Amino acid sequence: MRTHKEVDVVIIGMGWTGGIIAKELAQAGLHVVGLERGGSHTTQEDFAVPWIRDELRYSVRNELMQDLTRTTVTVRNNVNERALPMRKLGSFLPGEGVGGSGIHWGGLSLRWTDQEFKLKSMTEQRYGKAQPSDGLLIQDWGISYDELEPYYEKFEYMAGVSGVAHNVGQRRAVGAGPAGGNPFEAARRRGYPLPALDTGLAGELFNAAASSLGYHPYVTPMARASQAYVNPDGVAFGECQYCGFCGGYGCEVNAKGSPHHTMIPLAQREANFELRTHAWVSKITQDAGSKRATGVEYTNLASGQTHFQPAAVVVLASYALGNVHLMLLSGIDTPYDPVSGNGVVGRNYAYQAGTGVALFFENQLFNPYMNGGLTSLDDFNANADFDRSQIGAIGGSVLYAGASQGLPIGARALPQGSSLWGSAWKQQTTQWFPRTMTIAAHSSTMANRWNYLDLDPTYRDALGQPLLRMTFDYSENERKLTRHSAGILNQIAAQLNPTHRTQAKAAQSWSVEHYQSTHNTGGTIMGADPHTSVVNKYGQAWALDNLFIAGASVFPHDAAYPPTLLVSSLAYHTADAIKLRYARHQRGLV
Amino acid sequence: MSVDRRTFIKAAPAGIAVLITSSAVAPAAADEQQGAPQALAYTYLRPSEGAFVERLADHMVPADALSPSGNELGIPVYIDRALSSGWGKGERVYLQGPFLEGTPNQGYQLALTPARLFRLGTEATLQYAQQTYGKRFNQLAPEDLDDLLHRLKDGRAELTSDVPSGEYFNLLYALVREGLFADPAYGGNRNKAGWRMLDFPGVIESNKRNIARYRNRPYRVEPISIADVSGWTGQP
Ligand SMILES: Cc1cc2nc3c(=O)[nH]c(=O)nc-3n(C[C@H](O)[C@H](O)[C@H](O)COP(=O)(O)OP(=O)(O)OC[C@H]3O[C@@H](n4cnc5c(N)ncnc54)[C@H](O)[C@@H]3O)c2cc1C
Repeated sequence: MRTHKEVDVVIIGMGWTGGIIAKELAQAGLHVVGLERGGSHTTQEDFAVPWIRDELRYSVRNELMQDLTRTTVTVRNNVNERALPMRKLGSFLPGEGVGGSGIHWGGLSLRWTDQEFKLKSMTEQRYGKAQPSDGLLIQDWGISYDELEPYYEKFEYMAGVSGVAHNVGQRRAVGAGPAGGNPFEAARRRGYPLPALDTGLAGELFNAAASSLGYHPYVTPMARASQAYVNPDGVAFGECQYCGFCGGYGCEVNAKGSPHHTMIPLAQREANFELRTHAWVSKITQDAGSKRATGVEYTNLASGQTHFQPAAVVVLASYALGNVHLMLLSGIDTPYDPVSGNGVVGRNYAYQAGTGVALFFENQLFNPYMNGGLTSLDDFNANADFDRSQIGAIGGSVLYAGASQGLPIGARALPQGSSLWGSAWKQQTTQWFPRTMTIAAHSSTMANRWNYLDLDPTYRDALGQPLLRMTFDYSENERKLTRHSAGILNQIAAQLNPTHRTQAKAAQSWSVEHYQSTHNTGGTIMGADPHTSVVNKYGQAWALDNLFIAGASVFPHDAAYPPTLLVSSLAYHTADAIKLRYARHQRGLV
Repeated sequence: MSVDRRTFIKAAPAGIAVLITSSAVAPAAADEQQGAPQALAYTYLRPSEGAFVERLADHMVPADALSPSGNELGIPVYIDRALSSGWGKGERVYLQGPFLEGTPNQGYQLALTPARLFRLGTEATLQYAQQTYGKRFNQLAPEDLDDLLHRLKDGRAELTSDVPSGEYFNLLYALVREGLFADPAYGGNRNKAGWRMLDFPGVIESNKRNIARYRNRPYRVEPISIADVSGWTGQP
């Protein structure tokens, strides 16, 4: 094993969170090494037109995603089943290489609020014991919206988020804000850096139908620059071309906010930052008394050689699942045991629930390859007046409407009873490809006792280490939430009065097949109590003062909103804690 | 092809529009239509498999007013190349044992690469067709072929060699769709006929203005493939 010179900070993973922390700490003058298991990515070489506009290569064969021959997870729905490996990608698509999943994400950027951070206390305050929470592991996070608000703003300006703000400065009444804003959003100091994206015909139709039912649709804020833009770090963004090759692809004009053209090049400008690619970390090492992390061990995937990188601070930023896996492999803190309920690492794993409808219109042409922005609806999520006792569940659902998938291999939605091949199928596909829109609902998933992550007893990765085992299924709470949101989807769909439509249904059981979302959360959760959490609100591990964890593994539950704005803002928060406070005192920050 | 399709505007990171003109686009498309078809060789498919995919391609994608036939579109060529590529050899599939049967929610659990699944599944399907319809696969009537495909799809066809027929069907179905709709660089979708059928414009899309201009209006342009704007021509 080759041992390197000790550095101030070693960061595991160079995606969104690792990139943010690398840039912030390198600019603060700390000596930082970033380790990334994948290769490098640059817009000029890797995402150039026309080659990036290749649906087969990127959407079907998932070229930018994790290579499963090296590592995967094993999956099962419950503890009575035998977990088997995820042999092909499907349900979620973690990225690999510089930029991580921040390259191919979709850019939806929504601010999580105290509704999530104070879930337990607010639910009890509002509903008392009336709300069923049997078997659910709900808890407050130990952080507040007000603490995070400046960091949300920082990310929105850095990543070029386009949207309409409703509550800038003062609290506005529902219905009083500018068109396109979310009347249920929390107060914010500044608006969005860029005007909203054009939501196209699908947005127009959805708006009219949802408004006529008394709901409050708004333009989904997205990190897709609606105009050419220069961010506060001086990084230039091109203007979004609505090209349709967005989620799953890198952006050739840097209109999508991604770490490979924002954070990481800025870190690389500093002489005290070093990026090492093809460096697969397999262990965080600790001192003899298990009081401090001493560094990390990694394998150079090009040579096979093993390395030890000592560091004063270790930052774990290897995506939610990678973070939990490395904690378990390194034997840090106590693994969670669902039978006794003891232990913390692997506890509170959650994964977004959802449902959707497709609408087929004889007389509307969406031209779905002109990829408009999305339109959302928060009446059943951020809306505090939404009475959850009606459905007997905790959490909420957010809706998104837009044209259907505009890429030909993936576009498969056809009205029920359509053919699968032959001339009739060709005719139906030709007719409906440009005339279909979809509405989806994403619902929160509450952690429960039986959903968790641990090490698999049988299957191994390419280094011979046990794979991460995922035991997960939706509980009654998610079934109730998705049954309710399916009802709302069907109601709005009926109001839109298409020629044909599918029916939304409640989520039943989780399957590893078919893409759902890359919103995996929990496993190294944040909290105020070391007995029920792994890190404090700064992402600092209770077990080792000089270990910080960034990513959605720190979420105690999964909300209806997508994770990235929050994980990135928490990464800024963690970087501040390291450079402003930890670097001075070198001990627990709470 | 309209003039503004022959050029495309690429917004540079600084927001300056760069006009890229590709003189290659129009002539290349025209040559393809006029020139004699070029003979191509299979590098994975065995004789019986070649005949099988050729029949399948024309059955699933017949010639009609919307497009030429699956063979004219090059679907068998696409399938052959896909199966002999790294993807066909399972370059990103986790293939370590033990291999056990799982629940449907646990997804793909076979010990097979796509190319091996194709080989075993096709062998078993040819046998199954002979047993079930009393005819060689290539002599099946169109109704028999429809019936066979439905049996495979629903997992009702009991194939020898333990290949689950539904899994095998999913592979065939995906391959045919990809041969119809993937970029012509992969050997199918010849002359972009699959894209023409859908009015899919291809790789050069700058829709910032189009999304308003063509709202609820047909958008019909000559589709552009990767090779149209950056193809290798052998010319310096
Ligand atoms: C198709 C798609 C669409 C999405 N759309 C949205 C969206 O619209 N909105 C939203 O909020 N979120 C979205 N997401 C999720 C978003 O991409 C993630 O939340 C975000 O990237 C997480 O940041 P991260 O830093 O935790 O992980 P990542 O950005 O994934 O970075 C982790 C990095 O760590 C590296 N790594 C992992 N393990 C190791 C190891 N052992 N050694 C060395 N390196 C390692 C990985 O290779 C990777 O580069 C989407 C995801 C996908 C796949």
